[in-house]
Amino acid sequence: MTNSEFINALIRRHGKDIYDRLISSKVAVAGLGGLGSNVALALARAGVGEMFLVDFDTVDITNLNRQQYDISDIGKAKTTALAKKIRSVNPIVRIRHKKIRVTEKNAVELFRGYELVCECFDKAENKAMLINTLLTSDIGSVVVSASGMAGCGTGNTIQSRKINDRFYICGDMVSGIEEGMALMAPRVGICAMHQANTALRLLLGEKEI
Amino acid sequence: MAKINGKEITEAAGGPLSRYLDEKGYKRTYIAVEVNGGILPKTEYDSYIINDEDVIEIVNFVGGG
Repeated sequence: MTNSEFINALIRRHGKDIYDRLISSKVAVAGLGGLGSNVALALARAGVGEMFLVDFDTVDITNLNRQQYDISDIGKAKTTALAKKIRSVNPIVRIRHKKIRVTEKNAVELFRGYELVCECFDKAENKAMLINTLLTSDIGSVVVSASGMAGCGTGNTIQSRKINDRFYICGDMVSGIEEGMALMAPRVGICAMHQANTALRLLLGEKEI
Repeated sequence: MAKINGKEITEAAGGPLSRYLDEKGYKRTYIAVEVNGGILPKTEYDSYIINDEDVIEIVNFVGGG
């Protein structure tokens, strides 16, 4: 398959307008676990032009239950493993990645220049930290966050919400790992696809849910 | 009457935001607080006095991802 064959296939599927808007867009994904690996792959398949993948962790055997890695990825950095997977479905996406722990001190400079940041961390305090840090800074990014997707209750309670023009959140808002529920592929996947769909709509200029 | 998470709360206005957060049992490290369309910096939770017309959204994050 050549790059132009791939591009033509995307244009045939999505139309030239959508292709053009997505190929010129840039998305950052913070955290590459059950949410982030799914969000990044979906946006890459949709034809986003540039992705920035950030995670400090390596792939572990316990990640296989819900994250987009395979057995051969165990022990590798999530950043490089996911970049490889993304390239295997989209040969033209530009990928930057950084193996780093995101903190209050480095978050603003890390994500500066990205119109859209997907918050895909797993710990509640890291989620809150990224939202508070980015949305009280001058960088102007819109953040699509997630909270509440543990367990195997109904998928129908997982929703996308708009808090304000720069802050969207997906999930059921209550089902956390603190309640002793496991994280499982379907519900985490539903939440990740809510995030990816919200991100996609924003990139295409639709600001309402 | 201040509106917090979609509900009109009679007793909140006039007091500091931090008091409301503590009374409701919110953990500071798990939340983001939006006041009238913008995220309020954590450093202002103590000094911010809730006004009668405020629309406040407290987002309480839970773990999992």
